[in-house]
Amino acid sequence: MTNNLDRVELSLVGRKRSERLFKFYGFLGILIAFLFLITILYSVISQGQKAFFTTFIKVNIFFDSEIIDPQNQRNDEDIRYANFNKIITESLKKKFPENLNKNDSKELSSFISSSEADYLSGFVVKNKDYIGKYKNMWLLASSKIDVIVKNPEMEDLDEEDRLISDKQLGWLNQIRLNKELKKELNKNFFTKADSTEPEQAGIWGSLVGSFLTLLITLVLSFPVAVAAGVFLEELAPKNKFTEFLEVNINNLAAVPSIIYGLLGLAIFLNIMHLPRSAPIVGGMVLALMTLPTIIIATRSSLKSVPPSIREAAIGLGATRFQSVVDHVLPLAIPGIMTGTIIGMSRALGESAPLLMIGMVAFIVDVPTTFLDSSTALPVQIYLWKSTAARGFVELTAAGVIVLLVFLILMNGLAVFIRQKFEKKW
Amino acid sequence: MGFWSFFFIIVFLGLTTQWYGTNKALKLNSNIKEGPKLPSLPSYYGTNAFLWLVISVLLFLIVWVFSKPHILDYILIQNIPKALIDEFGGTPNMLIDIIKATDISNIFPGTNPIIIENALYYNKIDKLSDSIAYSIILFVGLTVSIFSINKISFLFKARQAVEKTNINLLILCSTIAIIATIGIILSLIFEALRFFEKVNFFDFLFGFNWSPQTAIREGQVASDGAFGAIPIFSGTLLITFVAMFVAIPIGLFSAIYLAEYAKPSVRSTFKPILEILAGVPTVVYGFFAAITVGPFLKNFVGEFGFTIASESALAAGGVMGIMIIPFISSLSDDVIRAVPQNLRDGSYAMGATKSETVKKIILPAALPGIMGAVLLAISRAIGETMIVVMAAGIAANLTLNPFESVTTVTVQIVTLLVGDQEFDSAKTLAAFALGITLFFATLFLNIIALRIVQKYREKYD
Repeated sequence: MTNNLDRVELSLVGRKRSERLFKFYGFLGILIAFLFLITILYSVISQGQKAFFTTFIKVNIFFDSEIIDPQNQRNDEDIRYANFNKIITESLKKKFPENLNKNDSKELSSFISSSEADYLSGFVVKNKDYIGKYKNMWLLASSKIDVIVKNPEMEDLDEEDRLISDKQLGWLNQIRLNKELKKELNKNFFTKADSTEPEQAGIWGSLVGSFLTLLITLVLSFPVAVAAGVFLEELAPKNKFTEFLEVNINNLAAVPSIIYGLLGLAIFLNIMHLPRSAPIVGGMVLALMTLPTIIIATRSSLKSVPPSIREAAIGLGATRFQSVVDHVLPLAIPGIMTGTIIGMSRALGESAPLLMIGMVAFIVDVPTTFLDSSTALPVQIYLWKSTAARGFVELTAAGVIVLLVFLILMNGLAVFIRQKFEKKW
Repeated sequence: MGFWSFFFIIVFLGLTTQWYGTNKALKLNSNIKEGPKLPSLPSYYGTNAFLWLVISVLLFLIVWVFSKPHILDYILIQNIPKALIDEFGGTPNMLIDIIKATDISNIFPGTNPIIIENALYYNKIDKLSDSIAYSIILFVGLTVSIFSINKISFLFKARQAVEKTNINLLILCSTIAIIATIGIILSLIFEALRFFEKVNFFDFLFGFNWSPQTAIREGQVASDGAFGAIPIFSGTLLITFVAMFVAIPIGLFSAIYLAEYAKPSVRSTFKPILEILAGVPTVVYGFFAAITVGPFLKNFVGEFGFTIASESALAAGGVMGIMIIPFISSLSDDVIRAVPQNLRDGSYAMGATKSETVKKIILPAALPGIMGAVLLAISRAIGETMIVVMAAGIAANLTLNPFESVTTVTVQIVTLLVGDQEFDSAKTLAAFALGITLFFATLFLNIIALRIVQKYREKYD
């Protein structure tokens, strides 16, 4: 007997150690998952915050009347199409007293974003008395300069890997010494659509596209899903047909999202001839995808309404249909809303089916109707990621931040509704 | 008649019908001094008339929306002079598309005058046909509402009629799930069948060479391309395997810790954090894999003197594994917590430690459920698109080395279909063949997983 107890006693050390080890492994699992989340957020935010600000260069612009208006006629059309790039380059040259050859001025002109010539021409058309005068202006720097300013470590790279030449770097440092460089909020990012130039590209176009798409998704999927949920949970007789329906809905919930894209391509585009890249098609595809989510949410929140409500209504002479529509459904609304918002937030982050129906086009205009070509927020992120230019890396991360902010807002709203309105029975 | 004026007339008509029907029923009721009144509440009579109107109008509107393009195309083709069709190289359909795309308010200089004329004509019949259709629909709606208001009488049980209609509408909404499934299967099968007319089924399923990019145009050298999908399947499996290698241990250990060890407070903090991982959009994971993990692995592995492709299976699969962790952990957590307490109590009573209980009692009891969770996770992994599109390769390599770049079914579907393509080429149709393979593979995995989970539930409930 003592022999056995001794053996237990002896084995206890090892067993306790393996117990502690096992518990540690479990904790490690959680810790690793947590670390992954932190790493993802850190890598996104550390890159993305750079894109919210952009570099401006102070230039003393000389509105040379020889270039703008040689005939001195002050004609709007002539002024608008004058060579403002030359004006910028000439004014930039004055910063550097040393003699610059033709090649140098070309390198110098790439300091300023190509959009600024348009800006200046618009400015002069409105303020014609500036012609022939000097004005200090902050001009948007090109993406190359912006990237170097934001990532000082790149200055130490070799000339070939650095985006700008040694000479350009020298000029940049001189500009910096003269305090003619500033960082300001990147307005283009929040107000523009896509562009080939990183400093002129923005997220607004794709945000509007996502909004239009989600609107269609909501309008199509919400009523249908709630109706289906009410029928299946409250009114459906138990038979082969309803069983088949349930199996179908469960399967739809597990179909890979890209398959919905193929469905949209084959049916909505090729058979129904709806326009490619349009929010209406994207919305229809995403509606099919969110349908099961909302149906399942509707059913579970209907299920949580206690049967006494139904019995009371029926006891007072209501029909089954009346008891459901007038009494059970209103009580289930908060749960349905929560499920719908979560389904919508999933639809907002979804991009694979949208790739299939052509919402990956390069679109410069902000869409205004459901039939315009547009992209969606996650697709824009994908597009920017696939672009080679260095300046788009930060834009991509910034797009991810915007997407995450919207998801957090939507999920926060869902949690709020759940806690504020959902009744615990 | 434009759409909006039509819409407002219909809304007005609907409200009037509802109001008039209710009022008529009220009047009928108030005329009765004694004896039974109308069998249903007056408002049901109004609602019944309203439903009749709305359903018939919607029905006609849908028929019109779908038949309009065909009718207009037919009328247009009658109007186009035959000479123009002959002169035009392509099919009449392409001509029709050109005419439709001509913007009559801003005509491109040098456009064929006959095309402009036809574009004007098309514009005219487009508007005309709409107003004719709307008028007909309005007339039908009016007739139906007059008819349904006339029906109001002591013999008519409006509530039953309304409820029956409503329930039928609910059933219709539910069947959309079936329609969607049928739509998916049919669209995939039809396109896939067209693909298999061009490429042998067994060559596709068991071929070792995949190079569809050569088959862009017909008449090109080697325009057949090669459509052997084995390298794609192997690539998909490799990435899925890497993902599971990351996700199963981490997910399972977290689930065990959360279910068996964690205090309620710890549980309520960490479970939502795991769920955040599940809520992050896949495009974000794709970005993370491509921008952060890929370069990191390249440097890290380079330290040890190995080389790794910049779009390696390891990066894509690893990040996909992170995405799957919450999936496995929350499903396993549910399964582990569903194991009855008396099994645990029995084990503790025999002197087992907690870890021994977990390893020898709980895990074996929960195994079917965990298997189901893993199968669902695998089906999720093979259907996942954005991570692999952004972080895995395009070239189909037949390899088991996770340091090399491989491609997956979803990547191929995307690369084959994104961008301009001719829709009848084997190259684009191949995407549908891959799609249907993917659909049935995931369906199969899901069905098996659900079966296992269900069987297991029956045992303990």
